[in-house]
Amino acid sequence: MRRVAIIGVGDTEFGELWDASFRDIGIKAGLAAVADANITADMIDALYVGNMSAGRFIEQEHIGALIADYAGLAKSHIPATRVEAAGASGGLALRQGFMAVASGLHDIVVVGGAEKMTDVSDTESAVIQSSAADQEWETVLGATFPALHALMARRHMHEYGTTREQIADVAVKNHRNGSLNPKAQFQREISRETVMGSALVSSPLRVFDCAPSSDGAAAVVLCPLDHAKKYTEVPVEIVGSGQASDTLSLHDRKDICTMEATKVAAKRAFDMAGIAQKDIDVAEVHDNFTISEIMAIEDLGFFKKGEGGKATETGLTAISGQIAVNTSGGLKARGDPIGATGLAQAVEVVTQLRGKAGKRQVIDAELGLTHNVGGTGATVVVHLMRRV
Amino acid sequence: MATAPRFWRENPSRYNLMGVKCNSCGRHFFPPRAICPVCHRKSVGKMERIKLKGEGKIFSMTEVHEGLEELNIQRPYILAMVELDEGPKITGQVIDCDACDLEIGMPVRATLRKLSEEGPSGVIHYGYKFIPLKPKPEAPH
Repeated sequence: MRRVAIIGVGDTEFGELWDASFRDIGIKAGLAAVADANITADMIDALYVGNMSAGRFIEQEHIGALIADYAGLAKSHIPATRVEAAGASGGLALRQGFMAVASGLHDIVVVGGAEKMTDVSDTESAVIQSSAADQEWETVLGATFPALHALMARRHMHEYGTTREQIADVAVKNHRNGSLNPKAQFQREISRETVMGSALVSSPLRVFDCAPSSDGAAAVVLCPLDHAKKYTEVPVEIVGSGQASDTLSLHDRKDICTMEATKVAAKRAFDMAGIAQKDIDVAEVHDNFTISEIMAIEDLGFFKKGEGGKATETGLTAISGQIAVNTSGGLKARGDPIGATGLAQAVEVVTQLRGKAGKRQVIDAELGLTHNVGGTGATVVVHLMRRV
Repeated sequence: MATAPRFWRENPSRYNLMGVKCNSCGRHFFPPRAICPVCHRKSVGKMERIKLKGEGKIFSMTEVHEGLEELNIQRPYILAMVELDEGPKITGQVIDCDACDLEIGMPVRATLRKLSEEGPSGVIHYGYKFIPLKPKPEAPH
């Protein structure tokens, strides 16, 4: 297996981008990544695109060919593949690109992720997002996507004494980080009181516990590590890649306070890299809900089970803390254009490892982690990255 | 909304909690599945359809304030994950009670209710919901 590097990154602003279409944002992020990698179109061997549900958000399937076409690559007939695993679509696309380069099949691969969510109403968007869960045995019975996470939150509070305030602190921290990210959807700080005084969505979760609907795209360019210095002074190596699946329905898991797929995907990635959790300086984790981040930092092994709330409350996951979590603002504040999220996480970690994260820079960050979740944890992808 | 067969074909489980028992290891599953995730190929041909009793305990719960319009459910409603006595957990609404009267561990039993309807003249979908096993004590007269 060849070692693989990220040689270019690009993304769009995240938010309600009413003047931009799906193809506009996809191309914008891809072009930025290609320019950053200092490559030309004829050098691209393959394209992977992470996307959850263009078929329902914009009634357009066949996204791989569409993006390749509008990227001006139709005449070179490159293989263009769409990758889908609900919220983990982006991370999974990155893994497909990683495997394609590692295997020796392709040398230069562009991996993008995009979602255009605001061409439908919020109501329709909620219905589409719920399709990541089990339609027949969860959704039909009244289980919304926030409700399923509320079930996890309620149980986490019951088993470990996690408090409503600690859960709110995830949103407070991520909005603070978002205020330092000029591309974040939300760039204003909020207080605990804002979170706890916001409207109930599904008790105990409130509006400010939920990531927003967003439009946005992000992309990276991959090549073999041996060639990376030809293109960039600052390559970042993907040192570990782990993927795991679990039951589609939340209720089929013995323990709903743990995402077993996160634990397994992380173990696979850490074993591949030969490093440990304590080595990680910066982590982008899948905080589609505040409770998700608490479970993620436990399941990834940064904190003991049940201590994620306390760790958040005491500032251990702040930019200057023991491990900087979601420096970009996370899904909560940077925004969550579903298929783009896994790539946006990679863009943030690469930016941190290059030392180019501006006001939100983690000092001397050398190793980073991305954690991307589909559904309520039925797919999880973890990547580990190292500054070269 | 989907065509009628999509809902109709699931009626045995939605109306009568039809699950399966693996006759290799004895575990129960709901909804039915063709292969036991513990016994794998040993279970093929040994997955017996079996009606679950519908009694269990609340494993976790939430009061849903923002629902899916498509389901046309009156909000807020209580949604719970219930651990059935036979072992499987199952997700459904809890009715005939207030959220503040419920606790994790409380016994409930399944009952048949309307789940949703496809508009005023469309198909009505029925299925299981849960009610607390011990009714709330009557207020003194």
